[in-house]
Amino acid sequence: MAKGTDETGSNRPKLALHVPEPRYRPGDTVDFSDLNIPEPGKQPRPDETAPAKDTYPLCDDLIRVLGDDHQAHGPWDPRLSPETLRQMLREMALVRAFDNRMYRAQRQGKTSFYMKCTGEEATSVCATHALAGDDMIFPSYRQQGCLIARGYELTEMINQIYSNKADKLKGRQLPIMYCSKRLNFFSISGNLATQLPQATGFAMASASKGDSRIAATWVGEGSTAEGDFHSALTFATVYNAPVIFNVINNQWAISSFSGFAGAERATFAARAIGYGIAGLRVDGNDPLAVYAAERWAADRARSNAGPTLIEHFTYRAEGHSTSDDPSAYRSAEEREEWPLGDPVTRLKRHLVALGEWSKEQHEAMDDELDAMVRAAMKEAEKNGILGHGLHHPFGTMFEDVFEELPWHLKEQSEQAIRERQIKWPEDPAE
Amino acid sequence: MTMAKDPTIDEFASMVAEAGPSREMNMIEAINSALDVMLGRDDDVILLGEDIGYFGGVFRCTAGLQEKYGKTRVFDTPISECGIIGVAVGMGAYGLRPVPEIQFADYIYPGLDQLISEAARLRYRSAAEFIAPMTVRSPFGGGIFGGQTHSQSPEAIFTHVSGLKTVIPATPYDAKGLLISCIEDNDPVIFFEPKRIYNGPFSGYYDKPAKTWKGYAEAQVPEGYYKIPLGKARKVSEGEALTVLAYGTMVHVAEEVCRQKGVDAEILDLRTLVPLDIEAIEASIEKTGKCMIVHEATRTSGFGAELSALVQERCFYHLEAPIERVTGFDTPYPHSLEWAYFPGPVRIGEAIDKLLSE
Repeated sequence: MAKGTDETGSNRPKLALHVPEPRYRPGDTVDFSDLNIPEPGKQPRPDETAPAKDTYPLCDDLIRVLGDDHQAHGPWDPRLSPETLRQMLREMALVRAFDNRMYRAQRQGKTSFYMKCTGEEATSVCATHALAGDDMIFPSYRQQGCLIARGYELTEMINQIYSNKADKLKGRQLPIMYCSKRLNFFSISGNLATQLPQATGFAMASASKGDSRIAATWVGEGSTAEGDFHSALTFATVYNAPVIFNVINNQWAISSFSGFAGAERATFAARAIGYGIAGLRVDGNDPLAVYAAERWAADRARSNAGPTLIEHFTYRAEGHSTSDDPSAYRSAEEREEWPLGDPVTRLKRHLVALGEWSKEQHEAMDDELDAMVRAAMKEAEKNGILGHGLHHPFGTMFEDVFEELPWHLKEQSEQAIRERQIKWPEDPAE
Repeated sequence: MTMAKDPTIDEFASMVAEAGPSREMNMIEAINSALDVMLGRDDDVILLGEDIGYFGGVFRCTAGLQEKYGKTRVFDTPISECGIIGVAVGMGAYGLRPVPEIQFADYIYPGLDQLISEAARLRYRSAAEFIAPMTVRSPFGGGIFGGQTHSQSPEAIFTHVSGLKTVIPATPYDAKGLLISCIEDNDPVIFFEPKRIYNGPFSGYYDKPAKTWKGYAEAQVPEGYYKIPLGKARKVSEGEALTVLAYGTMVHVAEEVCRQKGVDAEILDLRTLVPLDIEAIEASIEKTGKCMIVHEATRTSGFGAELSALVQERCFYHLEAPIERVTGFDTPYPHSLEWAYFPGPVRIGEAIDKLLSE
């Protein structure tokens, strides 16, 4: 027997394995009153170039600006112009209108898959407003708000969702896995958290060239469990890379609640502490707080003061995707009881309280945006919907595996074209 | 960013003529020279990896380069292969041409998701908006008493991945010319360096004194810039009796066994596994009618299986005997019994005898 203490096993207490369990399951009555929601405006705002440790109290706090009185409070108030606020409101509302129409399009069989970001619009739209247009975005899969905030054409998005013949990605990617080099929006991967070290690498490259561009990346709280998260934050702190890590803590990773990523023990913002980088925890449903936190991190990165981890505390109001049914694993009351409200409603009420917006204007805007989305859908449908033959030519399947087509892919391409000729002899052209 | 189209063979030849005077280099010096030339030619080339900076790498391949080009072009990294490959993807997105070093091929596995799901697929999934023009250098193969975690030959993992090129040199001259081609290539390349022949060619007779590259024509390496095209095999010897398909260390072992046995073998050093020089393979087998494939990696689903299938599919009516595959065994690489694992002269000799007896 191995040497050790004299105690034998029989005298010791039995070990117990802890398997996390969310507080509420389907049918449960939800009570969020014990969630610590601090008063808006009370959180201190360190200077952007302050030592990282000055931010650590904020990792357990929650940066909030908008109060129940619909006014902005405290040092994190970004003091944005009414025009900017209206623009952010419009873009968030457009994301929501787009999500609703695309969800229905999937249900109507026009595509295979869709993912809404309902309730999380501020974490992408308002964060993007805090960045410069040439800063590089490394998104996860629920950041359609970043693209819309950068002015991507709705028709292009829908072409991608339909994988039709006008899809710029040639029908190769699952719907919503957008990419736009023109808008500095990196190609979305289905493998989670891989974008984090990539964002760090982009930031390192920019710094090594003496450039002024920074990188910002997004990840769900669930996939912070991936090794890539650790690699990315380690590299970021080692090289003081100008990068912002946005962790969208929307409480759910498909059916797994945030406890399976460690939320029972510490906040996600608190992970910054172990790496010695700045960390902020922000009310993700407060558009002004999201903008202010992202702007703080961007200014910090741009002044060579290093990376920031921002936890956006929010709630995934809808299912993970069109392939998911959240009523199977969580209480439907959660969405209604969520104590941080809805980002679109909160910004709308703020603008109304400022005398810069009205209920009538908002209703008119919603109608206009919905019409805009429907017009874009109509336009995109001219290029086809998924599975109705209007896809890219067969030969394109073999392009872009490499820069040039090697002999083995050339042979396989000929095979694919031959198969098509056998199957559809009347239409061999494509 | 976009490089010119690959030069023709004739253009390559004139490039070599312009590459300046040659001197004798071992494979480490040749690799160092390739990196030096590329760091000097292209400001977007950047080197990163564990211990490669001030120290110059555990095999010294990057010695002196940090001093010459500075800490922001040649630097050490945390011990994280996922991080090394992941940041290299991001650097490529910025427009750099990163050359990450993975200290041993055996350590590459934590970086596989970034290589397979990201670097290899980025061009395709973004319809060529973003590319990953990185060259991942890594020493591979056994024969140095490295035990099972410093001896592996994982090339078949990468040849199986669409979107990756896999390149393996067998001489100092090829190592430099191929590495420069890889760095200038706009696709991700796995560049495996056979560490058993870093310092000299290896005959497979491990009990004989080790040789250096001194005096070998293949160790005469131009000091300047030249390229060897990817996808082109090297004909090591002309022959009529059988064709040997090999790469890396095994080229030298097969060559020595054929010499000892007096076999008139045509030996092809494949140099690039993907894209493969299928024309050279077909032409040789059509001439000899017999084929022996040699690699150090484990046998099952090894690259030899792919070669064997290709030869069977394309040259069946020229074959006069079943194809012979000589490989490592399907075990981890054992420390004390590494020469029992290694596909050495006895295993190769037996395969040759079988082929020639048909």
